[in-house]
Amino acid sequence: MTRLRPVPPHPGGAAPGGAAPAPAGAPVPAGAAPAEAAPAEAVVRARRAAESVPDPELPQLTLADLGVLRGVEVAPDGTVTASLTPTYSGCPAMAEMRADLAARLHAAGFAEVRIRTVLDPPWSTDLITPDGRRKLAEAGIAPPGPAPRRTPGPVPLELSPVRRAVPCPRCGSADTEETSRFSATACKALRRCRACREPFEHVKEI
Amino acid sequence: MTTEDHLHLPPADTSPEGDDRWAFGTGFTDPLHGVDTALPPGADGAALAAYCLALGDDALVLAQRLAQWCTRAPELEEEVALANIGLDLLGQARLLLTRAGQADGSGRDEDRLAYFRDAPDFRNVLLAELPNGDFAHSTARLLALSVWRLALFGRLTGSADPVLAAVAAKGVSELAYHREYAAQWVVRLGDGTDESHRRMQEAVDALWPRLGELLAVSATERRAVDGGFGADPAAVNEEFEAVMRQVLDAAGLRDPGPLLPGEPAGRLGAHSEHLAPLLDEMQSVARAHPEATW
Repeated sequence: MTRLRPVPPHPGGAAPGGAAPAPAGAPVPAGAAPAEAAPAEAVVRARRAAESVPDPELPQLTLADLGVLRGVEVAPDGTVTASLTPTYSGCPAMAEMRADLAARLHAAGFAEVRIRTVLDPPWSTDLITPDGRRKLAEAGIAPPGPAPRRTPGPVPLELSPVRRAVPCPRCGSADTEETSRFSATACKALRRCRACREPFEHVKEI
Repeated sequence: MTTEDHLHLPPADTSPEGDDRWAFGTGFTDPLHGVDTALPPGADGAALAAYCLALGDDALVLAQRLAQWCTRAPELEEEVALANIGLDLLGQARLLLTRAGQADGSGRDEDRLAYFRDAPDFRNVLLAELPNGDFAHSTARLLALSVWRLALFGRLTGSADPVLAAVAAKGVSELAYHREYAAQWVVRLGDGTDESHRRMQEAVDALWPRLGELLAVSATERRAVDGGFGADPAAVNEEFEAVMRQVLDAAGLRDPGPLLPGEPAGRLGAHSEHLAPLLDEMQSVARAHPEATW
């Protein structure tokens, strides 16, 4: 089976039922029998259901906001196939995500649901949508900057902490410092603001 | 990478015995759930399995050692860091052990391989199983294994096995973080107070003679390279030594001398007396309740 194309970012602020129907998977080639395609309504319903599932560890964001939902397709027989990718190899929330996604699709009226894990290409914080970044900041979590570029060959070693401009999500000051690269979840670092003195979390670039 | 389907039944048909049950202590299901695990054409499944098992055991055993720092680290932030690094390695181990169980055709899952093998069946390098020692010793060991594993994984992204390549591609970003964490601590301690310098130097001196095992090439690695899915040990060794010396130099630590390949003892199952007690603790619940689910 071929890899699914990435799901386009969820339209910002679109009310349920208010969005234009999304294109249903690959374009139907001219001359293809219409009976082989799932009804466009079902595709929109499946995508909307899948894209609304909150992340178990960052419930302010949906799986689509986080960029871990790799695709949603509906077969002519009504079977939905949704693809997920883990954020980190040891992400403990994958089973929860699969179960939530399946439950949400069942509730949307799909009896048969397949959840696939896609490892390649690996997840990157660059896949967090603009909506997702806004929601992170609103929750007091600094969104990630651009992920480091990985070129083929050895990864250069950084011996001094990389200085990143991470504005404080509370007061907006740029005068912040990293206190730990690791935090309550695999994907976050701990920082503190020197202006308002508040600690905050930062989704670290990967 | 292509994937195969996994069918989720509607809630009405989901029984507690379904495949969403919790595995031992983790709440996880098969981490390659839904991933296409067909072997590449012509691949030697036994050789691929042995290689994945070795790389998985390195990560599993080191993850267990790192977890032993919980409640014992010098600062809360370091405790969180070491636990997070261990979690990443545990995730890599789960993927690799699952792959090993598929590739050898035995059908053993990650739990079977992690919890129901005895020490002589483990294939991790001895360095991973050594007791933690003090923070300097743990940091020196973490540096060596992160530098080595990142050098390996960077090359395994081109593995002929698509699952191994995908696991490696995912692990590279994680290992880069682990390596920086360890390297920055070695520099901070080596270039710190007289006492921190003395203890960091002592840890590096104790580490150095043990690195020969990482440079050794066992039959497992040779078969992996011959099969097109393993990393070239010569290139890995070159990067390993260069990065290790770069860190020692930046930390103002004395060069402990040349690095020479040693015996691949761990890869052959010849372990130290420290592995069995580690496994006893890690495996005790699973072995006490071998069919339990919750």
